[in-house]
Amino acid sequence: MLAFILRRLLQSIAVLLTVGIVAFFLFRYVGDPINAMVGQDTSMEERAELREKLGLNDPAPLQFVRFIGNAAQGKFGLSYRTSEPVGRLIVERLPATLELALCAAIFAMVVGVPMGVYSGLYPRHWISRVMQAVSLIGVSLPTFLIGILLILVFAVMLRLLPSFGRGDTVALGGWTTNFLTVKGLQALILPSITLGLFQLTLIMRLVRSEMLEVMRTDYIKFARARGLSDRAINFGHALKNTLVPVITIAGLQLGAIIAFAIVTETVFAWPGMGQLFIQSVQFADIPVMAAYLLLIAFLFVAINLVVDLLYFAVDPRLRSNVGAGKGAH
Amino acid sequence: MNAPAAPLLQVRNLRVEFPTRRGTLLAVDDVSFDIAPGEVLGVVGESGAGKSLTGNAIIGLLEPPGRIAAGQVLLEGERIDNLPYERMRRIRGAKIGAIFQDPLTSLNPLYTVGRQIVETIQTHLPLSAQAARERALDLLKQVGIPAAEQRIDHYPHQFSGGMRQRVVIALALCAGPRLIVADEPTTALDVSIQAQIIALLKRLCREHGTAVMLVTHDMGVIAETADRVAVMYAGRIAEIGPVRDVIKSAAHPYTRGLMGSIPSMGVRSARLVQIDGAMPRLTEIPRGCAFNARCTEAGERCFRERPELMAAGATRAACWRHDTGGVGAVRTKEAAHA
Ligand SMILES: Nc1ncnc2c1ncn2[C@@H]1O[C@H](COP(=O)(O)OP(=O)(O)OP(=O)(O)O)[C@@H](O)[C@H]1O
Ligand code: SF4
Ligand SMILES: [Mg+2]
Repeated sequence: MLAFILRRLLQSIAVLLTVGIVAFFLFRYVGDPINAMVGQDTSMEERAELREKLGLNDPAPLQFVRFIGNAAQGKFGLSYRTSEPVGRLIVERLPATLELALCAAIFAMVVGVPMGVYSGLYPRHWISRVMQAVSLIGVSLPTFLIGILLILVFAVMLRLLPSFGRGDTVALGGWTTNFLTVKGLQALILPSITLGLFQLTLIMRLVRSEMLEVMRTDYIKFARARGLSDRAINFGHALKNTLVPVITIAGLQLGAIIAFAIVTETVFAWPGMGQLFIQSVQFADIPVMAAYLLLIAFLFVAINLVVDLLYFAVDPRLRSNVGAGKGAH
Repeated sequence: MNAPAAPLLQVRNLRVEFPTRRGTLLAVDDVSFDIAPGEVLGVVGESGAGKSLTGNAIIGLLEPPGRIAAGQVLLEGERIDNLPYERMRRIRGAKIGAIFQDPLTSLNPLYTVGRQIVETIQTHLPLSAQAARERALDLLKQVGIPAAEQRIDHYPHQFSGGMRQRVVIALALCAGPRLIVADEPTTALDVSIQAQIIALLKRLCREHGTAVMLVTHDMGVIAETADRVAVMYAGRIAEIGPVRDVIKSAAHPYTRGLMGSIPSMGVRSARLVQIDGAMPRLTEIPRGCAFNARCTEAGERCFRERPELMAAGATRAACWRHDTGGVGAVRTKEAAHA
């Protein structure tokens, strides 16, 4: 098991380095960092001096190592747009995005899994058919449209919920949170639903098809022959066996939620990293873009690692296979 | 009380149907038999004869759209074929245990065998977790799991196929059922372990006074294990009787064909012999005797009238040969088709 984790860790680092190379080329060769930093009236000599000072004349590999070393410490230089340190810009925006993504993911799981279980257990029931139809709509409607429709109904027509911004937030150290005020929580509702709806339908369909499959297995038939209650069979035996693929997808989707928050944040004027990214694209603010890219990659990799570890918690076959059968491919 | 030899299980005119788009398939047709307490009834027949469906109908686990269309199943004199799901569930595992073909897939891979046994015991018996675990441990020892104290906390994948089938037997027996329906319990196992598992099943059921409906393709197993044997063909019972008589002096031509492969009693692993031709599909069961197209002794009557089970020496067979009216004029197959 340790070997497995180690291997995974190495793979993660390799992935991050690859993304790092892309970010580095973006940072270094798309646009000129010097141009963005200095004013129109800076002389050529001053520019050359600055170039030398920033190490931009060093060989590329050396620059790359320095870039990665800085990145690992959260130093991405200054934003071309605001001249603030990129690290600080991102850290300011991080809580908004993470809280939104978390709420969206919880919404998707808490609603999606029971819906999937129900329609997997009773595939012919009309409720299941309705859920299937609705989920088709959920998959095919673009996120921004869902967001706009929700705003139209709940903010404009019913005037129940705010349509933009984070509402009231409370700062806990460096972390601003929505969770401690009523307005903050209200502000989370529509964006979370918008962001989570696609994953919800995905999880529902996945759980449904996994449930259908598991219910056909011999051990479920044998569990029935043992006279176990429906509850024990459906939830104790069947649902648990659907968990491995559901964890996989849900984990990968959490990464996707964070990445796709861009659209939702734009629709709801949510001051998160996605919004920051859109702004930096408009201004060709390369350092911010590079940092965002790296951070998203890091989150993906970290989530994947956690997902892998969760497998071990769920499936005993993996626990012993890794110990006994390593090297046996 | 006034009838001491009352049968444990009575199957009366059981019919199992599958509604399909092109009409109803009759997969089990008018099957009747009894099993006495502690008795082992062997059930043999070619693939598709309806053996598994009969067993599933008894334990109330026919997979839809299959359904019991007619007939009754009685356990200890009480009908169980029309019970509500919840009441039948309490009988399954408690009074009727089941063992299926494939031990590799009968156990939930995510739980230890101990947990699965304890869970079954506690579903049916009012025992504390501690008492249930002790009972589980005792059962594992009875089915011959070495180092049961450790093995009880192992997962199914840590057991070999034979050991897993022993665990499955422990699971089937754990609430003390009166009857076990064992559907080809050794088919998926290594030949070298099959005999051990059958011997174990036989010994435990004798010790516990449990009756067994043993479905198998293995005539050697039947010869050694069963008290009586039912031969099924195309959804019906072709012959039923004491195992010795069915093997030594079969009354039905189909049974004789099956037995032709056994040189002598006790020879193991004599598989069902291939009789010329194939069993008719459910949609193409001929008029008269379902076996008529393959029967070398068929007469004109066999193509007109369907024989019911009738006394035939020491057994009962569905064959006009044993009727006072006989099979009628013997015709060749060519003549029959003309
Ligand atoms: N879901 C179904 N729909 C239609 N026909 C079915 C269905 N399930 C079983 N049958 C038919 O019922 C008949 C009896 O099946 P059964 O499984 O009882 O056979 P069996 O005697 O157990 O055979 P085997 O030795 O192969 O296990 C077969 O002809 C099969 O085609
Ligand atoms: S009834 Fe006729 S066809 Fe059927 S088994 Fe007897 S002799 Fe053969
Ligand atoms: Mg079968």
